[in-house]
Amino acid sequence: MLEKNLKLLSLAVFLLIVLFSAAQVFATAEPSAAETPVTGSSMPWWAWPLILFVVTFLLGIVAVLGGVGGGVLFVPIIGGFFPFHIDFVRGAGLLVALAGALAAGPGLLKKGMADLRLAIPVAVIASACAIVGAMIGLALPAKVVNIALGGTILGIVGIMLMAKKSEYPDVRQADTLSTALRITGVYHEASSGQNINWKIHRTPQGLATFIIIGIMAGMFGLGAGWANVPVLNLMMGAPLKVSVATSKFLLSITDTSAAWIYVNNGAVLPMMVVPSIIGIMLGSIVGVQILAKTKPAAVRYIVIAMLLFAGSRALMKGLGIWN
Amino acid sequence: MDKKVLATEEQLAYANILDSGMKVGLLTLIVTFIIYLTGILTPHVPVNDLPNYWKMPVHKYLTATGIHPGWAWLGMLGKGDFLNFIGIAFLAGVTIICYVRIIPILLRKKDTIYAVLAVVEVLVLALAASGLLKAGGH
Repeated sequence: MLEKNLKLLSLAVFLLIVLFSAAQVFATAEPSAAETPVTGSSMPWWAWPLILFVVTFLLGIVAVLGGVGGGVLFVPIIGGFFPFHIDFVRGAGLLVALAGALAAGPGLLKKGMADLRLAIPVAVIASACAIVGAMIGLALPAKVVNIALGGTILGIVGIMLMAKKSEYPDVRQADTLSTALRITGVYHEASSGQNINWKIHRTPQGLATFIIIGIMAGMFGLGAGWANVPVLNLMMGAPLKVSVATSKFLLSITDTSAAWIYVNNGAVLPMMVVPSIIGIMLGSIVGVQILAKTKPAAVRYIVIAMLLFAGSRALMKGLGIWN
Repeated sequence: MDKKVLATEEQLAYANILDSGMKVGLLTLIVTFIIYLTGILTPHVPVNDLPNYWKMPVHKYLTATGIHPGWAWLGMLGKGDFLNFIGIAFLAGVTIICYVRIIPILLRKKDTIYAVLAVVEVLVLALAASGLLKAGGH
């Protein structure tokens, strides 16, 4: 299976290189519709999209093995080490996270792992706030965004290092709101062969937290699995698997609203978005295959180290220490 | 309990549309990107000039390239770069279709609160997609 996927992947990479080469041929003859500023780069135009494809492919593998979403790695790493402006990086980051969530969503919903009843009230709040976040993010100067992004990424590192997880949180009594909304469910735990009944508590506090999560998701284009899962699992008491699956599905709604703001404000460049989406999706496929054979615990620490480095880079870029 | 009954009717309906929509959107994105890269349709912004623009803040990029934000891309689908927005818009729009699909199911089941929440979500996403919300330049 892995061998078959690697062959498909080699073919995809080869086709992409051929396409970029073909594009180079037509690019030399095409007329210019826009006012062209003088370029200072010695690299051909296609080099960065091609590097972007390779890097996002690797990020896709690492994200799966490290148990994080692609968006949280994409924005700080591409924003920190590529020549693209942070506005376009965030637009692409949202679409990368969105595509991943859309791809995973149907399977998670059909298996009953992601729960629509839990997601719908949360999504209304998170998606409305993501719009606000996206508008704030696009209105702020790049250095302010980089400082806030760097701080957020370092905060995520802290969450990843410290946050505990609870497979089956102890929810003795569902709260009034979740009872009124009938947010409860049953999922099939394949490892034990049992059907697990679950309910949640602290629903008002959880929903209020999604105001902040939504704003941050829209502002930084990060996706928000890093925040969704602890809130759904530790605060609201949903089982870990339901929290992870519902969080992934939730991103397809939250990121949709924020993505539209970036699209409608011109912050989406197809030459960045498409190689990134294809790269990270192919990487995820290979990552899942590798994960099926091995479970490298060290990868999580590599992800944390990458985020620490990229977060520090964003912070220093924003502060003008490392441009 | 049979594990097949764990997902509700509306959840399965949502999942089926999401599945089809995601596949159509992704395929469209790949096909239009191939058209863009091969130059079958001339792009509005020449690919050779892209490195000059992608380092600019978005409002400067829009001014320099003469691109109008919002849904103006619909009038530029003859350009290779703007053709890609069909797939992007499809991926960003499929969730709205999923919600619209489950509203009648929720109403039929007399799940009024969730039907209202689904309508509100459609309105939120439609507002985001409308292009009415403009972010200030920096």
